[in-house]
Amino acid sequence: MDLSAINPVLLIASLMVAATPLLLAAIGELVVEKAGVLNLGVEGMMIVGAISGFAISVESGSPMLGLIAAMIGGALLSLLFAFLTQFALANQVASGLALTLFGLGLSALMGQSYVGIKPPAMATLDIPVISDIPVIGPILFSHDPVLYIGIALCAGVWAFLKFSRGGLVLRAVGESHDAAHALGYNVIRVRILAIMFGGACAGLGGAYISLIRVPQWTEGMTAGIGWIALALVVFASWKPWRVLLGAYLFGGINVLQLNLQAAGIAIPVEYLAMSPYLITILVLVIMSADKSGAPASLGRTFHASQ
Amino acid sequence: MKLTNLLTSAAMALGLATTAMAADTKVGFVYVGPVGDGGWTYEHDQGRKAVVEEFGDAVETVYVENVPEGADAERVITQMALQGADLIFTTSFGYMDPTINVAKKFPKVKFEHATGYKQADNVSVYSARFYEGRAVQGHIAGQMTKTNTIGYIASFPIPEVIRGINSAYIHAKEVNPDIQFKIIWAYTWFDPAKEADAAKALIEQGADVILQHTDSTAPQAAAQAAGNVITFGQASDMSEYAPYPRVSSIIDDWAPYYVARTKAVMDGTWESVNTWHGIGDGMVGIGEISDAVPAEIKASALALKDKLADGSYHAFTGPLKKQDGSDWLADGETADDGTLAGMNFYVEGLDAEIPN
Repeated sequence: MDLSAINPVLLIASLMVAATPLLLAAIGELVVEKAGVLNLGVEGMMIVGAISGFAISVESGSPMLGLIAAMIGGALLSLLFAFLTQFALANQVASGLALTLFGLGLSALMGQSYVGIKPPAMATLDIPVISDIPVIGPILFSHDPVLYIGIALCAGVWAFLKFSRGGLVLRAVGESHDAAHALGYNVIRVRILAIMFGGACAGLGGAYISLIRVPQWTEGMTAGIGWIALALVVFASWKPWRVLLGAYLFGGINVLQLNLQAAGIAIPVEYLAMSPYLITILVLVIMSADKSGAPASLGRTFHASQ
Repeated sequence: MKLTNLLTSAAMALGLATTAMAADTKVGFVYVGPVGDGGWTYEHDQGRKAVVEEFGDAVETVYVENVPEGADAERVITQMALQGADLIFTTSFGYMDPTINVAKKFPKVKFEHATGYKQADNVSVYSARFYEGRAVQGHIAGQMTKTNTIGYIASFPIPEVIRGINSAYIHAKEVNPDIQFKIIWAYTWFDPAKEADAAKALIEQGADVILQHTDSTAPQAAAQAAGNVITFGQASDMSEYAPYPRVSSIIDDWAPYYVARTKAVMDGTWESVNTWHGIGDGMVGIGEISDAVPAEIKASALALKDKLADGSYHAFTGPLKKQDGSDWLADGETADDGTLAGMNFYVEGLDAEIPN
């Protein structure tokens, strides 16, 4: 056992990387659910984003274009869900599951000619001077831009929901779509925009895995992170900062447990392997003791005539 | 994810039903990962393609990807048997009990289970002596490392994986007495993000050689990003990462076996057998050792490979002690297949514990 082998600075830096895809997908889903829509297709949108981003950045040679393509890809796929649930009034749970299945299949098809190819590298945001500061530099100032976008997005969503008029409308739609409709708000339009935002975030999260974190394309490479993002939103009681905390906790303990294993610490590996799930749930459940519940209209179908 | 697989296999079943008309012999394959993983499942699928090429229209092959180990596997295998498969290859350790269970219900269907140890009248087991490849890997790794630290991404604590760790360690230690192994159990065969994280954790803790027993190429990418770390292709050549970081590889070649067993079913000569082939029989290949490895190390690695191939040297040759210090093999004694097949201990010197 050699705990000194673990470098806390590198550990924190890599936990931030590990947490980012989860954070992006979860923050998108949070907005969707705040608007009263339950989209279980996060995993599907992530993987489609992962391959869209990968393909475009390989073809164009620009990782930035790839990330934009990933957002577009995720949003396009989410439009399918939006059509099914908002116009065809299909069941949201079933449509979401179908979206995941469809996304997994579609991405495998799209990715067939991209297996084993290396994407262009994303430059880290090495700001001279401040990224050289010991300890703080590597942790805060030497990451790829997407990681900062993730944190900024979290802050942005929080501010939007809490302070802006648009956020108020979105929450009204999620709490009581009938009341919002009676007030003259276009429930369907708000929800479609929210769904597209969720799709774009999930797509970006997927591309983060395929372009930056791994970086390569393999089928099924999101490996269930979309489902964890869904669970995270619930355990975080639909609050953006708790989503951030949960994502960092989950990513952090995941990285930490791998480091502890490598250092040969004498905790049975089985406990280490389940610790990220256990601790994240435990912490968030304790925090959600304030009984902040789900949006009241979550998962309910809306039609103006009803 | 369960539901995903349920629906995929339902869709597969539909596919089976519509295409199962022409050929006389039908061969099914159950895969643990996607065929595009670039590693384990990819090589099994190459074997399937070799069967198609060899027999053309006389044989029809079907496969299901991403089948989880456990109850889901049993359903998928049953489905294949019901759809009229004559021979079914189940290609992961965790399919062992499901394969045996289904085989009892379908005595006329032949089954082939990879890397397991439970045989029956209609269930053969086959595996490759990957540990021979691991010996060559350890031999190169021990001499290439500058930090004397080798990182090992293990999957599940089963004999197969433990054998690989022991074999790599013994041969690394032989050429470099100061060698240290850091082992991470990923508890997955295929999860690129997790494999990448594991590789990064090992690299951050000073490992400059990464050995993997998981199936994706993610650790190769992580090593490449780190810049001064070498890796070995696992199951497949992974040559897209050659010549650096990937300096060599262990390649599984299932094609001759799959062709032979399919032929046996067609001829009616199929019998339940226990096959365990190594470098000598061609089931384990050593991928080209790249120029990143100095010539003399390359030469001695190839010499070791030749000795393993012609049987003049066994990868587990005494004197060897178990981790707890008790004697295992006397000087010159070699391990028997029974002990190897059920290996559940580390050899002396490894500073880690096997999870239960």
